[in-house]
Amino acid sequence: MKKLILDSLGKSKHRGSNFRDLLYNNEARAFFFQVITFVLVVGLFYTAIGNLFDNIEARGIQTGFSFLNNRAGFDILPFLGNIVVDYTPESSNLTVFYVGLVNTLVVAFIGIILSTLIGLLIGIARLSNNYLIAKLAGGYIELFRNIPILLQILFWYNLFINIFPHPKQSLAFFDIAFLNQRGLYLPKPIPEDGFLFVALAFVIGIIAAYFIKKFFKKKQDLTGAHTSTWPYTLGLVIGFPVIIYFLIGSPLQFDYAVLGKFNLRGGMAVVPEFLALTFALSVYTATYIAEAIRSGIEAVDKGQKEAAAAIGLSPIQSLKLIVLPQALRVAIPPTINQYLNLTKNSSLATVIGYPELMSTFGGTVLNQVGQAVEILAMAMLVYLVISLFISLLLNYVNKKMEIQGR
Amino acid sequence: MKQLLKLTAASLLVVGALGVQASTLSDVQAKGHVSCGVSKGLAGFSSADSSGTWTGVDVDVCRAVAAATLGDATKVKFVPLTAKERFTALQSGEIDMLSRNTTWTITRDASLGLNFAGVNYYDGQGFMVKSSLGVTSAMELGGAAICIQAGTTTELNLADWGKANGIDYNSVVSDTNAQTLSNYDAGRCDVLTTDASGLYSMRAGANDPSEHVVLPEIISKEPLGPVVRQGDDQWFNIVRWSLNAMITAEEIGVTSATVDMVSNNPERERLMGRSGSTHEYVGLTSDWTYQIIKQVGNYSESFERNIGVNTPIGIARGVNALWSQGGILYSPPFR
Repeated sequence: MKKLILDSLGKSKHRGSNFRDLLYNNEARAFFFQVITFVLVVGLFYTAIGNLFDNIEARGIQTGFSFLNNRAGFDILPFLGNIVVDYTPESSNLTVFYVGLVNTLVVAFIGIILSTLIGLLIGIARLSNNYLIAKLAGGYIELFRNIPILLQILFWYNLFINIFPHPKQSLAFFDIAFLNQRGLYLPKPIPEDGFLFVALAFVIGIIAAYFIKKFFKKKQDLTGAHTSTWPYTLGLVIGFPVIIYFLIGSPLQFDYAVLGKFNLRGGMAVVPEFLALTFALSVYTATYIAEAIRSGIEAVDKGQKEAAAAIGLSPIQSLKLIVLPQALRVAIPPTINQYLNLTKNSSLATVIGYPELMSTFGGTVLNQVGQAVEILAMAMLVYLVISLFISLLLNYVNKKMEIQGR
Repeated sequence: MKQLLKLTAASLLVVGALGVQASTLSDVQAKGHVSCGVSKGLAGFSSADSSGTWTGVDVDVCRAVAAATLGDATKVKFVPLTAKERFTALQSGEIDMLSRNTTWTITRDASLGLNFAGVNYYDGQGFMVKSSLGVTSAMELGGAAICIQAGTTTELNLADWGKANGIDYNSVVSDTNAQTLSNYDAGRCDVLTTDASGLYSMRAGANDPSEHVVLPEIISKEPLGPVVRQGDDQWFNIVRWSLNAMITAEEIGVTSATVDMVSNNPERERLMGRSGSTHEYVGLTSDWTYQIIKQVGNYSESFERNIGVNTPIGIARGVNALWSQGGILYSPPFR
């Protein structure tokens, strides 16, 4: 430290008191200002929040979190959340929170998968040598990227409920699945005794397939001989459980939807609110992901492709083995942002009444209870945690994909 | 939602916001208008026409308060709010009063820091279906999809009613009146439920009103009235008695046309502020009630003009008739 201080004094021959040394020390100064900033920020928040609660109390508004235990007393559009959490109007407000959370996570999860697939496809198509495909992909991006997402959600939703037929004239697929303006009705699987073995077979299949893939990879590394592993994978992951399924005697029943007086009843209904929201979010977010993929591919040196062609790789192999792995390194960071945006944009679902967090907990519960500060703070915390989790996960992937230093 | 966040954050976080906001009346007189929260459009209650002029029975309560406090019923700034935004807007001081077909319940009155200043329309929740369904009673609605607006007492009543009667249904919730109605029109649901007055209002707005039936069952009590913030008793009194002045005027038989006539009815002279000093108690000029009746009219005038049987909405007075005429509308005396 002493040496540092002397260094920082530079050529100055002046040797004053220790305090003076400290005053002219860059590190000490920086530290001092950071402490002041920290104290100011914390102080400001402390005063603001204290003031907030004083004001709330003075106005006779309830505070605290005891409302979470109160009976909710209202119905929620039946979807996954209700089933997972087992919700009835008798449940508590906290249960509503969980229902909303599950529904938000479902949209975020499926939206991220779909937007990635569409984005990857469009991003690659945009660079295609085929004029029509490249232009179509470009047109898709320009169209959907430039219309506000809220408008798109409303558009798809109102389109959906207006173009599909009334439940009494549902579009039926072999009397198994039905599509009408109130949703997509699928058979609901009801597992019976012994189904556990089928699930177990599936898990074993996945593990075995992983090791087989690893084995052939090693073989290729050693001998250079390439073996396609997909027949093994298919057989183990799909074939093996199917064989077990029939050996045990089909331990799975299905509950099909049937037409009631007003609606189709039974089965598993995928509501149009979900379909419209997921579709709108995926299609919109995919445009940004496609652009990220395109920039990634364009960042890969042309020589790489030429070298791949020179050693006899097919265009597909060259894309899969040479170009994409390098392109993804560039594309992953901007894609993370899009995943976060998609998750946050899911809260726009309130306009169409999809029962996600902001429309159930941040909407109906807020209105029944009136404690905006507590409820909105909880909702904000949820989005913060989800976003941090996604970025943590993808930062890890990003680290893995980065060029290893040699 | 954005507005909700903005409102909450803006007013509740501001340092010392409460201290300076002692009197809503002096605030209103200083800025020269009353900020009144209304619905985003419910024909007959609060809706704006093509030129931006607001009309409706809820709107008339805002106008009455403006006439009483500023002497001019047009000095109202209408703030359209969704059901979800309304209480936060009032709590935060964004509006001076709320007159948005809002049901008076103990929870809202006692836990939100608000006060209900009276009832300007006694309502109840009903159901509307398309006549083509052939349904004649709400008891036949088992298995139906029911459209409903988020953040209302309607949601709670429906769940209670469903449970009590063993009726199983799917609720389809939307944020705004407009989306609820468009869901019903498109066929996303079979049934629309809200306050009966709202159903009549929506039916009147349909392309062919005869295609829709309002079912006979009324499943709840919905006393709708103006709301103010707690903690300003003077303002609370002004809003409460502005509404009462309209009701009392009907009772005595004073209308906007006859208000200028001098009579020797002492009750009438008291109401019009020509004797006594009640105006001093509420902190207004002596002609405050005169201005209300002159510019807005009495309760009956407002009712018949906006939702009465001669309007497209066509609601009969029913329970909203004066107590002396078979209804339950009743104002404490002006003395």
